Amino acid sequence: MADTIAIEARAVAVPIAGRTPWQITKARIQRDKITMVALGAAIFFVALAVLAPALTALGIIDPMNNHTELVGGLGSMPIGPFGGVSLQHWMGVEPGTGRDIFSRVVSGLTVSLTVAMLAVLLSVVIGTIIGIISGTAGGRVDWFFSRITDFVLSFPQTLMLIALSTIVIDVLQLAFNTDRTIPSMVFMILVMGFFGWPYFARIIRGQVLSLKEREFIEAARSLGAKRWRIYFTELLPHLWAPILVYTTLIMPQNIATEAALGFLGVGIQSPTPSFGSILNDSVNYALADPAYFLFPGTTLFLVVLSFNLLGDGLRDALDPKADRQ
Amino acid sequence: MFYYILRRLTAVVVMLFLITATTFALFFASPLDPARYTCGKNCTTSILEGNRQALGFDQPVYVQYGKFVAGLFVGRDYPDNEQLRKDFPAQIVHCPAPCLGYSTTQHRTINEMVAEAWPISLSIAIGAFTIWMIVGVGGGIIAALNKGKWQDRLIVGAALVGFSLPTFFVGLTLLYFVSIQWGLVPIPSYVPFLESPWRWAQNLILPWITLALFFAASYVRLTRAYMIETMSEDYIRTAKAKGLAPGAVIFRHGLRAAMTPIVTAAGLDLGGLLGGAIITESVFGMHGLGFLAVHSVTYMDLPTIVAMVMIVSSFIVIANMLVDITYGFIDPRVKVA
Repeated sequence: MADTIAIEARAVAVPIAGRTPWQITKARIQRDKITMVALGAAIFFVALAVLAPALTALGIIDPMNNHTELVGGLGSMPIGPFGGVSLQHWMGVEPGTGRDIFSRVVSGLTVSLTVAMLAVLLSVVIGTIIGIISGTAGGRVDWFFSRITDFVLSFPQTLMLIALSTIVIDVLQLAFNTDRTIPSMVFMILVMGFFGWPYFARIIRGQVLSLKEREFIEAARSLGAKRWRIYFTELLPHLWAPILVYTTLIMPQNIATEAALGFLGVGIQSPTPSFGSILNDSVNYALADPAYFLFPGTTLFLVVLSFNLLGDGLRDALDPKADRQ
Repeated sequence: MFYYILRRLTAVVVMLFLITATTFALFFASPLDPARYTCGKNCTTSILEGNRQALGFDQPVYVQYGKFVAGLFVGRDYPDNEQLRKDFPAQIVHCPAPCLGYSTTQHRTINEMVAEAWPISLSIAIGAFTIWMIVGVGGGIIAALNKGKWQDRLIVGAALVGFSLPTFFVGLTLLYFVSIQWGLVPIPSYVPFLESPWRWAQNLILPWITLALFFAASYVRLTRAYMIETMSEDYIRTAKAKGLAPGAVIFRHGLRAAMTPIVTAAGLDLGGLLGGAIITESVFGMHGLGFLAVHSVTYMDLPTIVAMVMIVSSFIVIANMLVDITYGFIDPRVKVA
């Protein structure tokens, strides 16, 4: 019995080949069913977000137009069960206006994911630069940047977001000379991005501290490489794993923050659809028409969950110490 | 140890000074006119200017900041203008130290508002903290001891779901079903503990669960990770081998070592929460510090906004310091010098 297995094994044996870290990671992710599902879901949501403007233009979804024929009675409540769910309106329609909730959720995905993504990008850029400088320079520079990191972390993020919205949106509105839509999106990106960088800076700094003692950095240095070359050509390629993992983990936090702020009536406001603005509209009807609140809320939960699961899976897959039994 | 604590205290004072200065600069040096929000629709220039003088908004920002800091230590009197105080002695309001300022919309000292709101935030924080520590750490231990089995998967899965559920979504759903549809608990409204402990808990149970669900989820993950790490250490094997009861091995040897990161996280989270749970308080209409903050933003009450930012960041900074100091006591391996 043992012999046959050995023979079979030899028959299918392939020449031993070295695998790149990326190949190992890919294989690990593919073995992890939950992460694969999360990856699929995340891609689906992102694709939906990317396609939403095109779908709106083609008239397949209709997030902005009122359909007063779909609402009626006292308080213009949706006609039909569960907030007017039907074959045309999968998540029902809004009380009052009769706008299609599914269309608004899909369009809201575009706004929410864009804002969350750009905010993460801002955090990553600031955090990585400060982390790399702090980690390589050491000494006073490191001390200075570490204290700044502590300082920013000492501010209560949600409270600052709410408080600053009063000022920053007004200022941006004057600067852009438009209505509040674009300024409130820019505000969310700037402020969420700003309060997010310390997390990246800390992680990158830690990585850099151990990387800079490695031989290849010493080699680069002894060859007379310039400081910026060491930062971006030598160090940065080794930092993509933590950056990717934390981007995936901060992203859902930003989506949830935007939604929570919208719920409080801060940030992106109706008629621009986003998770925050949709949920803020629906809160007023939470008792009369709970479906209006439950459908977008559940979608938000699924989006956040899929990104969280993906981030967790990536972290496990990219961690060389992880044993995957 | 003494010098360490002293050094940390100095750092805290410096940090608080910087935070207050930054907040002040952000809000009072901004293009917004804080006086504009002191009077409503029928605002005349004379009322506006009167309010501006009474609240000291006519002075340069650094003078206002100086007076604010002085007020924190020795208290201050409003109106913030000597001439007005002389002319209308009956209108003087004394704000005792630590004076946080005077609300432009509620026309009373922020100290009074905070004194009313603080017990509510404290009640919410303490109850939620108790629940999430028991559920989170307990769940984490069970998951770690059953690593890879169905219990582990169930707990870790539930934790991820709890972590991904937005707080306001959980809160509103609980409020709608548990309180309104099924009538299991009254629609939350704060009852002081001393008035009736039972009704206090009954009214707070939904806010507690809402908050605890989110935090418990991250404590499950944290505890599980550290428990798995410690339980595979050699000294745990030794403890098992010498025939210690499983309970003693888990709690006295395993959990003890995993405790440091948990205490760190718990201290910081509790510190942040004591400044008010903004979302939870808003969902359940609890008029705590978080609600006060949102309210002051809605009505552009700049002095209150500044005071709230300062209160909450003080809690964070002080919690940070206490956690660092506690480190040395829990984990003798940590050298503080």
